[in-house]
Amino acid sequence: MGQFKVHRVRFFDFMPSGIRCMAFNSKADRLALARLDGSVEIFNFSNNYFQEKVIPGSDSRSIEAICWVGCDRLFTAGLNGEVVEYDLERLCPKYTLDAFGGPIWTAACNSEETHFAFGCEDGSVKLFEILPDKIQFERNLDRQKGRILSLSWHKSGMLIAAGSLDVIRVFDVKSGHSVQRILVDRGSAGTSNKDCVVWNVAFLSDYTIVSGDSAGKVQLWDANKGTLIKTHLVSKWDVLSLSVSENEDSIVAGTSEGTVVQFQLLSPKIGDMETQWVRTRTFKHHTHDVRAVTETRTAVVSGGLDTQLVICPLMDKVEVKSSESVLRKVIFPHRSLVSCAKKPSLLLFQFPDQLELWRLGGTDTIGKPGESLPVTRKPEKLLQLKRKGDDHICCSTISECGHWIAYSTVSSIRLYQLQCDNNNISITKLPKVLRSAHQLQFSADSSKLFVASEQATIHVISLSRSECKHVHTFKPKSGSSAPVHLLAASADGQWLTSANRHCEINVYNLKKLKHHCMVPVYNSLPSAMAIHPETNNLLVTHADQQMFEFGIVDKQYTDWSRKLQKEGLHRCRLKWGTPVTHITFNPQAPSQVILHDTHMFCIIDQSLPLDGLKAQFYSQLTPKDTSETDKPCKNNALKICSKYQPLLHVNLLEDDWLVVVERPLIDIHSQLPAPVKQKKFGT
Amino acid sequence: MVEQGEIRVVRCGGSTINYRKAIFTLDSKYLLCTSGDMVKVYSTATEECVHVLQGHTNLVTGIALNPTNHLQVYSCSIDGTIKLWDFTDNILIKTFTVGYKLLALYTSKAHEGCVFVIIPKENDEALDSFQLVAVKLPKSSDQEVAATELSFVLNDVSQLPKCTSYGREGEFVASVKGLYLTVYFFRNQKTYRLSLNATHKKGANNIFTCVACHPKEDCIATGHEDGKIRLWRNFNRKKEYTHSTHHWHHSAVNDLSFTPEGTNLLSGGIESVLVQWRYGEETKKDFLPRLGAAIAHISTSPEGSLYCTSHSDNKITIIQSNLRVSAVIQGLVKGDTIKTDLMIDPRTKALVLNGKPGHLQFYSLQHDKQLYNLDIVQQEYINQSGLHQFEVVKAAFDAQGSWLATVEERKEKLTDLEIQLKIWVYKDEMQSFVLNTTITSPHEDHITALCFCNTNETTMLVTTGRDGRFKAWVLGDDSDIYRESVCWSCDFVGNYHNLLATNCCFSEDGSLLAVGFEQIVTIWNPNTWDLVCTFCQPPGKIKDLCFGRLSCSKYLLGTTTNSFLCCWNLLTCTLEWSVGLNVILLQVDPLSENVAAFSCAAENSDLFVFRPNEPRPVYLQKGICQGSVQRAVFTPREVPEENSSESSQWLNRSQLYFLTRDMDLMTFSTKTEEDRLTASSKQLLIEENVPVTPFYLLLGKHRQAKLDAENGTLAAQVQLPQGSVAIKELLQTPAHVLPSATFLCTMFVNSLLISKDGKSVVPEEAEEEMESEKEEDETSDQEMDSQHKVKPEYFVEELVPKLSKKEERDLKRVRKTDYSWLCPFYGKLP
Repeated sequence: MGQFKVHRVRFFDFMPSGIRCMAFNSKADRLALARLDGSVEIFNFSNNYFQEKVIPGSDSRSIEAICWVGCDRLFTAGLNGEVVEYDLERLCPKYTLDAFGGPIWTAACNSEETHFAFGCEDGSVKLFEILPDKIQFERNLDRQKGRILSLSWHKSGMLIAAGSLDVIRVFDVKSGHSVQRILVDRGSAGTSNKDCVVWNVAFLSDYTIVSGDSAGKVQLWDANKGTLIKTHLVSKWDVLSLSVSENEDSIVAGTSEGTVVQFQLLSPKIGDMETQWVRTRTFKHHTHDVRAVTETRTAVVSGGLDTQLVICPLMDKVEVKSSESVLRKVIFPHRSLVSCAKKPSLLLFQFPDQLELWRLGGTDTIGKPGESLPVTRKPEKLLQLKRKGDDHICCSTISECGHWIAYSTVSSIRLYQLQCDNNNISITKLPKVLRSAHQLQFSADSSKLFVASEQATIHVISLSRSECKHVHTFKPKSGSSAPVHLLAASADGQWLTSANRHCEINVYNLKKLKHHCMVPVYNSLPSAMAIHPETNNLLVTHADQQMFEFGIVDKQYTDWSRKLQKEGLHRCRLKWGTPVTHITFNPQAPSQVILHDTHMFCIIDQSLPLDGLKAQFYSQLTPKDTSETDKPCKNNALKICSKYQPLLHVNLLEDDWLVVVERPLIDIHSQLPAPVKQKKFGT
Repeated sequence: MVEQGEIRVVRCGGSTINYRKAIFTLDSKYLLCTSGDMVKVYSTATEECVHVLQGHTNLVTGIALNPTNHLQVYSCSIDGTIKLWDFTDNILIKTFTVGYKLLALYTSKAHEGCVFVIIPKENDEALDSFQLVAVKLPKSSDQEVAATELSFVLNDVSQLPKCTSYGREGEFVASVKGLYLTVYFFRNQKTYRLSLNATHKKGANNIFTCVACHPKEDCIATGHEDGKIRLWRNFNRKKEYTHSTHHWHHSAVNDLSFTPEGTNLLSGGIESVLVQWRYGEETKKDFLPRLGAAIAHISTSPEGSLYCTSHSDNKITIIQSNLRVSAVIQGLVKGDTIKTDLMIDPRTKALVLNGKPGHLQFYSLQHDKQLYNLDIVQQEYINQSGLHQFEVVKAAFDAQGSWLATVEERKEKLTDLEIQLKIWVYKDEMQSFVLNTTITSPHEDHITALCFCNTNETTMLVTTGRDGRFKAWVLGDDSDIYRESVCWSCDFVGNYHNLLATNCCFSEDGSLLAVGFEQIVTIWNPNTWDLVCTFCQPPGKIKDLCFGRLSCSKYLLGTTTNSFLCCWNLLTCTLEWSVGLNVILLQVDPLSENVAAFSCAAENSDLFVFRPNEPRPVYLQKGICQGSVQRAVFTPREVPEENSSESSQWLNRSQLYFLTRDMDLMTFSTKTEEDRLTASSKQLLIEENVPVTPFYLLLGKHRQAKLDAENGTLAAQVQLPQGSVAIKELLQTPAHVLPSATFLCTMFVNSLLISKDGKSVVPEEAEEEMESEKEEDETSDQEMDSQHKVKPEYFVEELVPKLSKKEERDLKRVRKTDYSWLCPFYGKLP
């Protein structure tokens, strides 16, 4: 590990959006998650919980309910009264449909996946038929007073439970009439003048209705008789979310206090057939409202206003100690939101609604290792670029020379030329080149822009001061249409690699403008890749923490890569579950690779032997330790620095400057609204 | 620990009653608890100790009701026996000898003829490994049976009884130790071991402290070091067991108990709050706060109407199920250390020592009962670790018991010491001590000793401090114009070569004051404050100083740190004698010349009783207890004993009590005393369902008498000497159990009257006889009048010729019989 001067950047005010709702698809083992800004994310649970797809949000969209149909159809409904189906290949809405019932609060799909029910502001429950390529309005159930806030189908598809204000109704689907009207009590004396909002209902197959309401109760009702079976007072505040496990032996409920409470169906006497719902575990991983909760086979997944997705393993269901038995908190996206122009020391930050361009500060003094240097030149915000239109920015990039900026939304790509003449910055907007892009990348000499577009195609556009010209379009040999999410160009301008969501990595020859080869498919999504500037080897990290090096010219894995697969990297590298989001190389020491995830960055020296799991590990927590190198035990290929947390970006500038972009969690928490008031012991 | 003839070292009153869980009898009328080598039976209604089940020869470690006969109780002890008692009649029914040290006892309805005990592995406690075994109790009619049939149940259990619990209908047993919960099912003989992480994140500490099983459902509640309570269900699976966590206690949960119906779970800890959790709705909790001291054990009565909590200050609180305290049984409060000396309150003859934090307790040794607590510090005690609070470190009474001096200290840092000397006066009208004077920082450093002058005329208090001074405080007028109030002020400050003053002691007549300054003893005249003389013969710091009493008052005794006991003659001002003896404690009997010296050698304490003027010790006993004796005191007896033998004569007028290293209060008892005690305890007989109190015995007699009187027979009445006993009994009985005064009055007066027939048998002095005759005549006449007025007054008198006294008496008796049957004949007489 070398010695670096570190720019510690903390002015990237990235603020993730709160989680509104989620739906788990057990067949595909994927979780769809909707945020308050209207964006939808899909996590692949079988692939190390990797954030597989992101559908950028839109100002005009607000999502209240999300629902899977089959393995690959995703619907959302929101307060704008529209139902949206998404195209999961193009990562954009496929079509929108107005339900004509005012804002939609809830949506539910029956177990046969033939019909949708939507609960609307006007008190109607609307049934839609699901057709192979669209959904179609069928009829309304009897309209009642009061908005419908929650819906649940019985397994038979004959009954629907609907939660409203102060009341739960049971509808007969065939006749459309309400067959049962259950009044929910408003709670303790002080709150009795407020409506009791039934935020959630769940219809169990044994005709039990579970409800969660704003009085903090989880109640169990007999749907046939309309009587109360049991009340569990869970919270002083609202019970906001409820989820029943697939085999109906467990219920989880999320509350405003940030707790998730589990109920289990247990028999009070061992060996007895009689069972009852017993409150068992309480998880407290959130500080704010838990707006969405769901239970998978092995874990309780919850998300809320504090923007983090928490995957809490159920130890009694986990077979062996593995990556499944670790508590995970996903706060930051599994992709890089920062791009860096090395030569002029510029950083481009991507926000959903704008781009920010910063020039790094500097110092004149030279200090000892471990010392923090005084900033003589302050970092400067050069540019704040607001996006046009309703759609949020999905990707952005800056060229190496710092003269070009490009960003894309679902509907358009915009390219800007930056002119910095002695501190005067002006931008020139270039014409729209293409419709949309999934990923953008400039070539190393900034003469070309690579646009990963629909159908996994990559457009090459050559840039000049006056105009930009479409040069070529690459298409993958395999004919896959999966969206490309990673692009990497070689420093000599000869090679371009692209990785798509089907785990395919294609290598294109830019000189000959043809497909060169395809890297053997590994069954985990690539999370970052880069081409070595000297050897032109492609280095790829995958979501499951594996790392490969592929010789582009030889079209085969390098020896180092094979050795790495045999020996394995140290388990310290594997301890954290977050994927590597960026790879860069040290121009001073070509054998060194710098890669980072949210918790640490590490430097791998390819010239040193891999000691693997057996070696006694020497952790370098602070850069100070780097001065005392050269001990034999430190001759490990892997060096880890976890001083900077959480990391959003690490890159090497010129003259041994390392830029580190941090986003302290405390800053995120300070921007969140105040949590509900709770008595804390000792205060 | 006994031997040597007729004097035994016995555990006397004040033994712990909070060592193990107390248990209720089936009808909740009595509460049984272990108390040293005995089991005590208390009435839950009156808090009185009804019986003491004596018979074990070592610490009783467990009690359990006999599940097949609810009038019997099993007890087990370290002495290796299980005894079966009839607790209503105080009868030992059977003794089962197991031969292992027994540490806990469990019974279960499902296992008849069998009890469960915890024994050390290989009978060796040092191994720190304990087993739960089932002991088959052989069916035999013998009083003493050997129970040798042991069957192993669980290995490696905690030795604490609260760490093992029997589940629903005795189907399984749950035991916790460290981070493991072990459940053993008797039916299929399977063991399940559930564990928790040893995490310390966010102050978590998952070590188990106690366990309780739900009586109706398969649910186990466990308490943890960090105050969490977990409810375990489905524990007959390897993996899919589940537990819910409830957290209220801020530090370790000391005990858990389900109510008999299983509707509530009770928990308690150091917070001294009893928490009642609703089973199934654990978010709803009820609290009973301010119970005074940390809760050590919780138990519930079989029908659920009463709970009881044992506290760390040797107290049992009986609580109704609506969480109201109904009774408090207070034993002798024993902390980890006793800072004050043992003292005897001259008024009540009660033992006085540190009690609750910041309090002095007055404990009656005769009745084995706490009289009251005196709040010295008068500050709220805050239960928090690491917090320094005021502590009472010294106290002294004057000879009449009208003044009490206390010293309290608080030490935050080394430099920062707060001392207060408080002087209390006894107010007759309040029957308590009232604060008279508070002196803040009387000395600049720790006060090492304080004593009152013993004479009646002058009231003087002397304190010595580590600042090298001794100060004399006298009672003076307050500045009040009425000259009614008095207060204490400093009269004299003395020092000697700036040495640390370590001890002080007044001679019996108050004419001399001895103050020890490290190695030098100085004698002062308290009237003129002249230094009379100094002694410094054996080089060694003075540990203890005291003057001889009565005929030996010319001697001054002192012990030094380099193991010398010295006796100086004050008349000749020379060292009379000195002995090389490592005396740790010197105590003078105020009623005789005897001096008791405790010495410690080789982990054992020895006692020497001697007179300063005699070369030979009066009494000597080696190995009275393990470890060094902490404190000792002579208490005067109410009635002197009549011991004739030489070795026990020193116990005739006073009793010697001492505190061992383990804070056990012990005393020396003689044979005659024990005989008397056993005889008196045999007298008590119990009637079913009525708690026996002295008042009951009194009332019962009267009822009997009344019954007899109604039957027309002459009732034996309580005579005057007995009457005085009756008054005493009446006064001793708690007021709230007495019937109304009007009801009592006649009975009370009757008990004071001289009986009529009692004297008739015994011939007495003539004069008395005459008087009584007269009285009787009058009374009998009145009776006659009331019976039938037609009868002329002279009727009997005229008929009586001169008779001998005996004849006369017989006649009187005849006269008292009912003549009403004669009435019809009257008219026929002329």
